[in-house]
Amino acid sequence: MARILNMDRTQLLGFVLLAALVFLVLPLALDAFRLNMVGKYLTYAFVAVGLVLCWGYGGILSLGQGVFFGLGGYCMAMFLKLEASTPEATAIQSTPGIPDFMDWNQVTALPWFWEPFHNLAFTLFAVIAVPVAFAFIIGVAMFKRRVGGVYFAIITQAVAAILSILIIGQQGYTGGVNGITDLRTLLGWDIRTDSARTILYFVNGGLLFVCLFIAAWIKSTKFGRILVAMRGREDRVRFSGYDVSAFKIFVFCVAAGMAAVGGAMFTLQVGFMSPTFVGIVPSIEMVIFCAVGGRLSILGAVYGTLLVNWGKTTFSETFPELWLFAMGAVFIGVVLAFPNGLAGLWTDHVAPRLPRRLGGRPRPEAAQPAPAE
Amino acid sequence: MFDGYTMGEIGAIFAMQGFAGLILFSVFVLMALGLAIIFGQMGVINMAHGEFMILGAYVTYLCSNFFADYIPALFGIYFFVAMFLAFLAAGALGALVEWAMIRHLYRRPLDTLLATWGLSLILQQTYRSIFGAREVGVTLPDWLMGSFALTDIIDVQINGLFVMGLTLLITVGVGLLMFKARFGRQVRAVMQNRMMAGAVGIDTEKVDRKTFALGCGIAGVAGSAFTMIGSTGPTAGQLYIVDTFLVVVFGGAQSLLGTIASAFTISQSQSAMEFFLSGSMAKVLTLLTVVGILMLRPQGLFSLKVRR
Repeated sequence: MARILNMDRTQLLGFVLLAALVFLVLPLALDAFRLNMVGKYLTYAFVAVGLVLCWGYGGILSLGQGVFFGLGGYCMAMFLKLEASTPEATAIQSTPGIPDFMDWNQVTALPWFWEPFHNLAFTLFAVIAVPVAFAFIIGVAMFKRRVGGVYFAIITQAVAAILSILIIGQQGYTGGVNGITDLRTLLGWDIRTDSARTILYFVNGGLLFVCLFIAAWIKSTKFGRILVAMRGREDRVRFSGYDVSAFKIFVFCVAAGMAAVGGAMFTLQVGFMSPTFVGIVPSIEMVIFCAVGGRLSILGAVYGTLLVNWGKTTFSETFPELWLFAMGAVFIGVVLAFPNGLAGLWTDHVAPRLPRRLGGRPRPEAAQPAPAE
Repeated sequence: MFDGYTMGEIGAIFAMQGFAGLILFSVFVLMALGLAIIFGQMGVINMAHGEFMILGAYVTYLCSNFFADYIPALFGIYFFVAMFLAFLAAGALGALVEWAMIRHLYRRPLDTLLATWGLSLILQQTYRSIFGAREVGVTLPDWLMGSFALTDIIDVQINGLFVMGLTLLITVGVGLLMFKARFGRQVRAVMQNRMMAGAVGIDTEKVDRKTFALGCGIAGVAGSAFTMIGSTGPTAGQLYIVDTFLVVVFGGAQSLLGTIASAFTISQSQSAMEFFLSGSMAKVLTLLTVVGILMLRPQGLFSLKVRR
């Protein structure tokens, strides 16, 4: 494994430590409720890992990752909702057999785009395919025209705004502002029990590690190096004969696919999906998870996500007013003082002091990569 | 969709929606002018721009309360004082922010975006702690209330007309400042070639700070004008920020004229569609069209021909 991924000992140790934390320490230390909550945080980590590739390495800041998270989550939620709305369970509605919110909004037949979501295999395919296809369209349209940097960020943000307004506006087809709620079973298996949630937590953790390995592999290949080169001097890479836009489209699609898996796992573990995870605000928050962890560190993104969300929960439970101040300060502080986040702190201050066999290394001489623009 | 309307009524509908669109246009222009200066000229993405606008709105609100309580005799003209104070307050905060934060980030535009987003969160919570989460409105002086009846179906609100006049005045002022005055020449010189501008003796750091403060100050005035037609809440700024950025990008970031043209197109199409579709669908269609056009023409409607 380590050889395929070109990992050295330090990186391998990092993976092992994170695996121990996710699969051993947290499940043993936390009760079922808190574990479910950590599971929810870890679904955001999928987005953050995608952003490390796309933003940290590729230099493409997308402020619309919530779109892909949301699309993945909605695909899953549509399947679960259809399963929960059997004609028997919805017998009191004027049209039995369709989701309850459709009935409330005077929709009398299942819309055509809901039909295929009766099938689990199609749903699992759609969870990945729909967001990736969407990202592909955006990517082709933007990158082929050489739109990049700030403009790309603003346009992805507008896309996030459009999709969340659309979902809220089309209440009869999407559940509106409440989203798709009251999800019960997956192929007859009750996902609301503690045991089911624990199993889903481990499935989630497993999928996250698959994404982490994919990210580490991409990073270690020639493609990873081209990404970094593109971030630094895009024109030189283009003059060297590489098709820059194709690389950008690919990495953007990978990030979208990861976000989508996170969204689907979110729906399964939390039991609903709503437009609050699609719009601009969640999309930017997801960027900050990645920035806190260190935009150049795949594992850092996971720690950053856990830390920010843990902080959010603790703060908003005890001092709800201070939370936005703290969040704002984190945004400003990370950007101004620690552009490489937690991972940067680790490589600069902790790693040089560790003994060599634990992965400690002498301080690199001016090897600090410049933060992406 | 026109069934059941006579020709005259359809004309009146378009006139009324057109007028509503003109008010939206004024708000867009006022917000976008500040942003066009900050984003278009300096290349800084200020996500807290909406919050600077809300600062102006709250200053106006405080001012209206102050005049009503202490000098009711002058209540009729409080708005002009409020507008001036809003400009000063937002401008001063802008200068402070530039000094503390933005000037360290000129080389990293995407990072400014995140940092100013953080700033906007802090400002929102500050407003919420001071003024409460509920929306506040100002009392309009008598001469701004009411409306003219042009025909028996078309009404024109006076406060809307006033905001439009104000927009026109500010736009002309900004245009003169940027293209005729010494300050504007310095700003454009610094943005086009920082090193050369420094070499001919322009204090570039000072120009940066003044430009940012000016952009924020105009946002403050926009907020002040905004209170004339709507109420203000701590998160009202966030509602407009994406539209405003689209307006600026759509118009071509470097062109003030483009900003105005795109604000006009976007606001008119949105308000015309709002009559026939729901508000949210009108917005979705407008934004989609804008994004679609930007994909075909990434440099915006009006773009400077520059050699890169």
